[in-house]
Amino acid sequence: MRAGFVGFWRNAFISFTSIIVMVVALFVIASTLFNSYSLESALADFQDRVDINLYFVVDAKPETIDALKSEIEALPEVASVELTTREQALQEFRERHKDDELILQGLEQLGENPLGASLAIRARETQQYEGISNFLNERQSKETVGTPLIDRVNYQKNKDAINRLTDLINTERRQNEIISLLLILVAAFVMFNTVKLAIYNSREEIAVMRLVGASNYYITMPFVIVGVMQGLIAGVLVLLLLYPVLIWDETLFYPFPFFNDASVQAFLFDYFITEFATIFVVIVGGGVLISAISSFLAVRKYLYV
Amino acid sequence: MVLYNMIYFDKVSKIYNSGKSIALEDVSFEIAPKEFVSIVGHSGAGKTTLLKMLIAEDQPSHGQVFYESLDIHRIPRSRLPHFRRKIGTVFQDFKLLPHKTAYENIAFAMEANGRHDSEIEENVPQALELVDLEDKAWNFPHELSGGEKQRVAIARAIVNQPDIIIADEPTGNLDPIATYEVVQILRKINDLGTTVIMTTHNKGVIDELGRRVITMDEGRIVRDDAEGRYVL
Repeated sequence: MRAGFVGFWRNAFISFTSIIVMVVALFVIASTLFNSYSLESALADFQDRVDINLYFVVDAKPETIDALKSEIEALPEVASVELTTREQALQEFRERHKDDELILQGLEQLGENPLGASLAIRARETQQYEGISNFLNERQSKETVGTPLIDRVNYQKNKDAINRLTDLINTERRQNEIISLLLILVAAFVMFNTVKLAIYNSREEIAVMRLVGASNYYITMPFVIVGVMQGLIAGVLVLLLLYPVLIWDETLFYPFPFFNDASVQAFLFDYFITEFATIFVVIVGGGVLISAISSFLAVRKYLYV
Repeated sequence: MVLYNMIYFDKVSKIYNSGKSIALEDVSFEIAPKEFVSIVGHSGAGKTTLLKMLIAEDQPSHGQVFYESLDIHRIPRSRLPHFRRKIGTVFQDFKLLPHKTAYENIAFAMEANGRHDSEIEENVPQALELVDLEDKAWNFPHELSGGEKQRVAIARAIVNQPDIIIADEPTGNLDPIATYEVVQILRKINDLGTTVIMTTHNKGVIDELGRRVITMDEGRIVRDDAEGRYVL
């Protein structure tokens, strides 16, 4: 234990360079963390905007609408169903066309509300829209015999867009996973090699320790402790560094340029603050772990020639 | 003859490069407790290989090496450090740690063996006294002469009170006076009851010692004399 601390200070320069390399490597790991988080929130945001709209006929009774609504809500794939009543639809319509005198006049002349109620249905997963749509279509075809209730379902129209988005989301997610994994591997490898080089400098010392009959534990522990300390310092440095960088310009970590609009400003910073415990564990824990394991393996190498 | 053997080499061969070079060929000999054995021979005669077998640095291709009744090359790796504590080693190039003082280099060998601090404070000055270096205890290796460095290395080798001292060309880098001092110290250690095994090139050392000499040539033992002289 004591020898570990002494070793850390005596090899201050080598320790320092190792820490710098580790900071860079851990920074890369941190950026993949932020990258995948912003990607996930972007994808969640897109998914949120996807829905199926079901339009009722104008004279559909509120009770039947409610009945269908609860029926749809009961489906396991459905995340939420939002009802827009006829009155709300009219109000929204007015709002949207408030600058268009002609349309508003036409509406006045009509005297009654020409709009039907509608349901906005959201699935839990984008892949599930197909199933929900099929269910709704079935309902619709059954109803044509009596009084029709459902006017139309707009899924078919949106289908292509939804499918393309689903594909895009899946590819993007997969690509991001592969890239993150590669970057983390590279970072870990760089850290491992730095530690190995630093310990290469001590191979004579290890050989002497072995000759005087030092146990493997006695030889290995100081190096592992130095590794733990280096990982710890590097991890804390990265966290200290991330704070100003995120305040300065967090768009550095965004995966897409178009994601960069005012509505999402500072969300990574919020993520950094709220999820600090997780990030701390990943960065500092990862640093300590990689560095300690590297030290251990590197010493082993010189322990058994 | 000896009553029982401390070290026993049984038909040991060592072949490097899959048969191309033979370092040791069918070597058998015994060493009794408290003997002072010199191994002589030209460079490449197999002296160093022989010593490496003894501290389990290297495995023989054929044959066995026994320490008391223990087959050295059957000791599990995790037990090797324990075994090596029975043997003190001294090398031509000293192998001192450059960032530690003479005192620390010796104390370190004790620490590595898990000795208590009070033992260290007691034994290290004794070891330094034995090699006559009390006044250089706080010098770093680069501040010492070759002979002094070798004496520190010997102090380090004996401080754990090993059963055997192995000295591989301990005088190889030293001038005649330092050589004489080092050999006197080794002889003193032997007189105190420790087995000493030394390899050397130095004719004067051998002739002056008048102890057992094993002569090697091309991986074989060619002579083994109880009161040998250097004949090559």
